[in-house]
Amino acid sequence: MTYLTGKPIAVDDILAEVQGPERGGTCVFLGTVRNGPDDGGVTGIEYSAYDAMAQAEIARMLAEARERWPEARVALRHRLGMVPVGEASIGIAAAAPHRDEAFAACRYVIEEVKKRLPVWKKEVRMDGTTTWVDPSGKPVAGGLRDR
Amino acid sequence: MMANVTVRFFARYAELAGCESAAVAVPASATVEDVLRRVREAVPGAQALPARPLTALNLRQVKLDARVQDGDELALLPPLSGG
Repeated sequence: MTYLTGKPIAVDDILAEVQGPERGGTCVFLGTVRNGPDDGGVTGIEYSAYDAMAQAEIARMLAEARERWPEARVALRHRLGMVPVGEASIGIAAAAPHRDEAFAACRYVIEEVKKRLPVWKKEVRMDGTTTWVDPSGKPVAGGLRDR
Repeated sequence: MMANVTVRFFARYAELAGCESAAVAVPASATVEDVLRRVREAVPGAQALPARPLTALNLRQVKLDARVQDGDELALLPPLSGG
Protein backbone atom coordinates (compact mmCIF):
# COMPACT_ATOMS: atom_id res chain seq x y z
CA MET A 1 0.00 0.00 0.00
CA THR A 2 1.27 3.47 -0.90
CA TYR A 3 0.16 6.00 1.67
CA LEU A 4 1.89 8.97 0.06
CA THR A 5 0.57 10.62 -3.08
CA GLY A 6 1.32 13.59 -5.26
CA LYS A 7 -2.32 13.80 -6.35
CA PRO A 8 -5.44 15.22 -4.69
CA ILE A 9 -6.77 12.91 -2.01
CA ALA A 10 -9.68 10.79 -3.23
CA VAL A 11 -12.02 10.35 -0.27
CA ASP A 12 -13.98 7.67 -2.12
CA ASP A 13 -10.84 5.53 -2.33
CA ILE A 14 -10.08 5.61 1.40
CA LEU A 15 -13.76 5.03 2.21
CA ALA A 16 -13.80 2.00 -0.06
CA GLU A 17 -10.83 0.56 1.84
CA VAL A 18 -12.59 0.61 5.21
CA GLN A 19 -16.31 0.21 4.66
CA GLY A 20 -18.05 -3.14 4.94
CA PRO A 21 -21.46 -4.54 5.86
CA GLU A 22 -20.38 -5.35 9.42
CA ARG A 23 -19.11 -1.81 10.07
CA GLY A 24 -21.97 0.58 10.82
CA GLY A 25 -19.96 3.66 11.83
CA THR A 26 -17.59 5.49 9.51
CA CYS A 27 -15.79 8.76 10.02
CA VAL A 28 -13.42 10.72 7.82
CA PHE A 29 -10.86 13.28 8.89
CA LEU A 30 -9.46 15.72 6.33
CA GLY A 31 -6.64 18.10 7.12
CA THR A 32 -6.92 21.04 4.74
CA VAL A 33 -4.46 23.79 3.84
CA ARG A 34 -5.68 26.96 5.46
CA ASN A 35 -5.31 30.69 4.90
CA GLY A 36 -6.91 32.22 7.97
CA PRO A 37 -6.69 35.83 9.13
CA ASP A 38 -3.44 35.08 11.02
CA ASP A 39 -1.79 33.08 8.25
CA GLY A 40 -0.35 35.98 6.26
CA GLY A 41 -1.63 35.38 2.75
CA VAL A 42 -0.74 31.72 2.37
CA THR A 43 -1.52 30.39 -1.11
CA GLY A 44 -0.40 26.84 -0.46
CA ILE A 45 1.89 24.53 1.46
CA GLU A 46 4.65 22.47 -0.04
CA TYR A 47 4.94 19.11 1.74
CA SER A 48 8.05 16.99 1.70
CA ALA A 49 8.79 13.71 3.43
CA TYR A 50 11.35 11.09 4.30
CA ASP A 51 9.32 8.79 2.08
CA ALA A 52 10.59 5.39 3.18
CA MET A 53 10.27 6.19 6.88
CA ALA A 54 6.86 7.86 6.41
CA GLN A 55 5.60 4.72 4.70
CA ALA A 56 6.98 2.56 7.52
CA GLU A 57 5.60 4.82 10.27
CA ILE A 58 2.11 4.89 8.75
CA ALA A 59 2.12 1.10 8.47
CA ARG A 60 3.11 0.89 12.14
CA MET A 61 0.39 3.36 13.22
CA LEU A 62 -2.29 1.50 11.32
CA ALA A 63 -1.10 -1.79 12.84
CA GLU A 64 -1.30 -0.24 16.31
CA ALA A 65 -4.84 1.00 15.63
CA ARG A 66 -5.75 -2.49 14.45
CA GLU A 67 -4.39 -3.94 17.68
CA ARG A 68 -6.33 -1.49 19.86
CA TRP A 69 -9.59 -1.64 17.90
CA PRO A 70 -9.49 -5.05 16.20
CA GLU A 71 -12.87 -4.61 14.52
CA ALA A 72 -12.03 -1.19 13.08
CA ARG A 73 -10.44 -0.53 9.69
CA VAL A 74 -8.43 2.61 9.04
CA ALA A 75 -7.09 3.98 5.73
CA LEU A 76 -4.79 6.97 5.24
CA ARG A 77 -3.33 9.10 2.46
CA HIS A 78 -0.87 11.95 2.87
CA ARG A 79 -0.34 14.27 -0.05
CA LEU A 80 3.14 15.56 -0.89
CA GLY A 81 4.29 18.43 -3.10
CA MET A 82 2.40 21.68 -3.49
CA VAL A 83 -1.08 21.65 -1.95
CA PRO A 84 -3.16 24.78 -2.62
CA VAL A 85 -5.32 26.43 0.04
CA GLY A 86 -8.62 24.60 0.43
CA GLU A 87 -7.29 21.20 -0.62
CA ALA A 88 -6.59 18.32 1.72
CA SER A 89 -3.06 17.36 2.71
CA ILE A 90 -4.20 14.31 4.67
CA GLY A 91 -7.25 12.07 4.63
CA ILE A 92 -8.03 9.37 7.19
CA ALA A 93 -11.09 7.13 7.05
CA ALA A 94 -12.05 4.82 9.90
CA ALA A 95 -14.93 2.39 10.01
CA ALA A 96 -16.03 0.10 12.85
CA PRO A 97 -19.14 -1.74 13.97
CA HIS A 98 -20.05 1.28 16.15
CA ARG A 99 -19.17 4.97 16.04
CA ASP A 100 -17.12 5.05 19.25
CA GLU A 101 -14.40 2.80 17.85
CA ALA A 102 -14.45 4.59 14.48
CA PHE A 103 -13.92 8.01 16.06
CA ALA A 104 -11.31 6.66 18.51
CA ALA A 105 -9.28 4.89 15.83
CA CYS A 106 -9.38 7.92 13.51
CA ARG A 107 -8.34 10.24 16.35
CA TYR A 108 -5.54 7.92 17.39
CA VAL A 109 -4.06 7.83 13.90
CA ILE A 110 -4.13 11.60 13.27
CA GLU A 111 -2.56 12.29 16.68
CA GLU A 112 0.21 9.77 15.98
CA VAL A 113 0.76 11.35 12.54
CA LYS A 114 1.33 14.69 14.25
CA LYS A 115 3.84 13.15 16.67
CA ARG A 116 5.71 10.69 14.47
CA LEU A 117 5.36 11.22 10.73
CA PRO A 118 8.55 12.53 9.06
CA VAL A 119 6.82 15.14 6.90
CA TRP A 120 7.64 18.85 6.70
CA LYS A 121 5.78 21.83 5.39
CA LYS A 122 6.81 25.06 3.83
CA GLU A 123 4.23 27.81 3.50
CA VAL A 124 4.11 29.65 0.19
CA ARG A 125 2.75 33.20 0.23
CA MET A 126 1.24 35.50 -2.36
CA ASP A 127 4.45 37.56 -2.54
CA GLY A 128 6.47 34.45 -3.45
CA THR A 129 8.19 34.06 -0.07
CA THR A 130 8.35 30.65 1.58
CA THR A 131 8.74 29.75 5.25
CA TRP A 132 9.34 26.43 6.98
CA VAL A 133 6.64 25.81 9.57
CA ASP A 134 7.20 24.14 12.91
CA PRO A 135 4.64 21.82 14.57
CA SER A 136 3.03 24.65 16.53
CA GLY A 137 2.19 26.27 13.18
CA LYS A 138 4.59 29.17 13.74
CA PRO A 139 7.42 30.06 11.34
CA VAL A 140 10.76 28.53 12.29
CA ALA A 141 12.88 30.81 14.50
CA GLY A 142 15.50 32.58 12.45
CA GLY A 143 13.16 32.92 9.50
CA LEU A 144 14.95 31.11 6.72
CA ARG A 145 12.94 32.82 4.07
CA ASP A 146 14.09 31.27 0.89
CA ARG A 147 13.33 33.88 -1.70
CA MET B 1 37.11 -1.89 12.06
CA MET B 2 35.05 1.04 10.81
CA ALA B 3 31.33 1.42 10.13
CA ASN B 4 30.20 3.34 7.06
CA VAL B 5 27.01 5.26 7.76
CA THR B 6 24.90 7.22 5.28
CA VAL B 7 23.58 10.40 6.87
CA ARG B 8 20.51 12.03 5.35
CA PHE B 9 19.30 15.58 5.85
CA PHE B 10 15.72 16.65 5.28
CA ALA B 11 13.77 19.87 4.71
CA ARG B 12 15.31 22.79 6.60
CA TYR B 13 18.27 20.71 7.73
CA ALA B 14 19.14 19.90 4.10
CA GLU B 15 19.20 23.64 3.40
CA LEU B 16 21.42 24.29 6.42
CA ALA B 17 23.76 21.41 5.58
CA GLY B 18 23.85 22.41 1.91
CA CYS B 19 23.34 18.78 0.84
CA GLU B 20 20.86 15.94 1.21
CA SER B 21 23.24 13.21 2.29
CA ALA B 22 26.79 12.48 3.38
CA ALA B 23 28.76 9.30 3.92
CA VAL B 24 30.86 9.10 7.07
CA ALA B 25 33.03 6.43 8.63
CA VAL B 26 33.06 5.93 12.40
CA PRO B 27 34.53 3.26 14.69
CA ALA B 28 32.45 0.09 14.80
CA SER B 29 31.16 0.73 18.33
CA ALA B 30 30.10 4.33 17.62
CA THR B 31 26.80 5.88 18.69
CA VAL B 32 24.46 8.22 16.85
CA GLU B 33 26.03 11.06 18.81
CA ASP B 34 29.48 10.05 17.50
CA VAL B 35 28.14 10.07 13.94
CA LEU B 36 26.72 13.57 14.49
CA ARG B 37 30.12 14.78 15.70
CA ARG B 38 31.77 13.29 12.62
CA VAL B 39 29.15 14.86 10.33
CA ARG B 40 29.79 18.30 11.79
CA GLU B 41 33.47 17.88 10.93
CA ALA B 42 32.82 16.56 7.43
CA VAL B 43 29.97 18.86 6.34
CA PRO B 44 30.61 22.52 7.20
CA GLY B 45 26.93 23.47 6.91
CA ALA B 46 26.02 20.80 9.47
CA GLN B 47 27.56 22.92 12.21
CA ALA B 48 24.40 25.04 12.04
CA LEU B 49 22.22 22.07 13.01
CA PRO B 50 20.87 21.85 16.57
CA ALA B 51 23.08 20.02 19.10
CA ARG B 52 20.48 17.31 19.68
CA PRO B 53 18.35 16.88 16.56
CA LEU B 54 15.62 14.28 16.21
CA THR B 55 17.24 11.22 14.64
CA ALA B 56 16.07 8.06 12.91
CA LEU B 57 18.21 5.00 12.34
CA ASN B 58 17.06 2.68 9.54
CA LEU B 59 13.57 4.29 9.46
CA ARG B 60 12.93 4.31 13.24
CA GLN B 61 13.39 7.17 15.68
CA VAL B 62 16.29 6.55 18.06
CA LYS B 63 18.04 8.29 20.91
CA LEU B 64 21.53 9.70 20.56
CA ASP B 65 23.11 6.81 22.50
CA ALA B 66 21.88 4.19 19.98
CA ARG B 67 24.73 2.23 18.38
CA VAL B 68 25.28 2.28 14.63
CA GLN B 69 26.43 -0.55 12.40
CA ASP B 70 28.13 -0.69 9.04
CA GLY B 71 25.63 0.11 6.27
CA ASP B 72 23.16 2.00 8.52
CA GLU B 73 21.18 5.02 7.36
CA LEU B 74 20.94 7.81 9.91
CA ALA B 75 18.40 10.56 9.21
CA LEU B 76 18.39 13.98 10.87
CA LEU B 77 14.82 15.18 11.16
CA PRO B 78 13.68 18.78 11.69
CA PRO B 79 10.64 19.19 13.99
CA LEU B 80 7.92 17.08 12.36
CA SER B 81 4.95 18.88 10.84
CA GLY B 82 2.92 16.28 8.98
CA GLY B 83 -0.84 16.15 8.68
